[in-house]
Amino acid sequence: MIAIIDYGMGNLRSVSKALDTLGAQVKITNKAKDIKEAAAIILPGVGAFHRAMENLTKLYILPPILRAIKEGKPFLGICLGLQLLFTESEEHGTHTGLNIVKGKVKRFSSGLKVPHMGWNQVNIKKPVPSAQKPNLFKNISDKSYFYFIHSYFVEPEDKSVILASTKYGTNFTSAIRMGNVFGTQFHPEKSGNLGLKALKNFCQCIR
Amino acid sequence: MLTKRIIVCMDVKKGRIVKGVHFVNLRDAGDPVKNASIYSRAGADEIVFLDITASIEKRRTIFEIVKKTAEKVFIPLTVGGGIRKLEDIRELLKSGADKVSINTAAIERPELVQEASERFGSQCIVAAIDARQKKLDSPIKSGNDQKWEVYSYGGRKATGLDAVKWAKKVEKLGAGNMKHLYDALTRGKASAVLVASIFHYGKYSVPQVKRYLKNKGIAIRLV
Repeated sequence: MIAIIDYGMGNLRSVSKALDTLGAQVKITNKAKDIKEAAAIILPGVGAFHRAMENLTKLYILPPILRAIKEGKPFLGICLGLQLLFTESEEHGTHTGLNIVKGKVKRFSSGLKVPHMGWNQVNIKKPVPSAQKPNLFKNISDKSYFYFIHSYFVEPEDKSVILASTKYGTNFTSAIRMGNVFGTQFHPEKSGNLGLKALKNFCQCIR
Repeated sequence: MLTKRIIVCMDVKKGRIVKGVHFVNLRDAGDPVKNASIYSRAGADEIVFLDITASIEKRRTIFEIVKKTAEKVFIPLTVGGGIRKLEDIRELLKSGADKVSINTAAIERPELVQEASERFGSQCIVAAIDARQKKLDSPIKSGNDQKWEVYSYGGRKATGLDAVKWAKKVEKLGAGNMKHLYDALTRGKASAVLVASIFHYGKYSVPQVKRYLKNKGIAIRLV
């Protein structure tokens, strides 16, 4: 079972339905027990960083999430779920994140129209090292379009975790992989067929 | 590169797609769930349902349509029409809409836009504006100072508001997206074009329109 974490931040139905169509077994949950039993975890989310951290804390599910990641369970953070993996964010002041991936979450520079919203190209870093298989972008060609909606982006200290980048004013990190931890700034559940492919590739990490 | 978006808009009444020129002479163009799925496969970048059902009790059907669509269509879905309260927005988002579009209610009570974007995030609040070129009393017209007036109630009621000024105001209130219905406004900096009847009756297909725009040098996502 894949646990989709429900912490009151945005539309979880699409993620869950997308996985349903792929034949995966999913459970939308905010219970430590389900996170413990899950074979994989997805942390979706749209909204403000500090509120997300507050909600996760109030639900007492940060320890089980961190434990699952440490145990090596496949984990996918989507949009805000990716940003929460980082050390800190500058959204509404400085706020601490899960610190799984060292680095910062930054706002797009003021000259750009925010949120960065719509379909943008994902430049997939090549070649994919064999240690990084299964590959999130298997059967997806370089420069494919995915759907984005966000005002902040991640900047990992260790550039080797970057799977893909996207250009919006600057080249920002649009997907990462660090061992069992994956993250996408785009919304695979809103990116049509290619998004479903990326989710399918993630599901292939699950034993 | 971020593409310009082709957004397919379907007017839904009592669970069926209807569309007419300026909202009159409504014709039936089919099942919204089925059509949303077809448009998504054809390469539409987003789908909009505009619920134009008048009576409150029959409006429940839109929630069912949104739920069914969200099970099958994996591109962004916006729902508008008849949204008055925060509760309406919450229920639509819960049913699977990614954004809600507010029009008449924003004109009558602009704070709704602010309250909604504070509570649900500005990324999911769309201010829809129906604008029409003003009939000038003065016979002197020049290309540069044509005015566009905002209409409410599905294009039936003139509000006296200037479309550009109104657009700026609602953006300040927190609407994260602007959807400009008419051509003159899209010639500005609009990042999306909303289209309806030219698709439903098969005059042009989504791929045809997208290829045409791409050939004109516009950034477009082809599928």
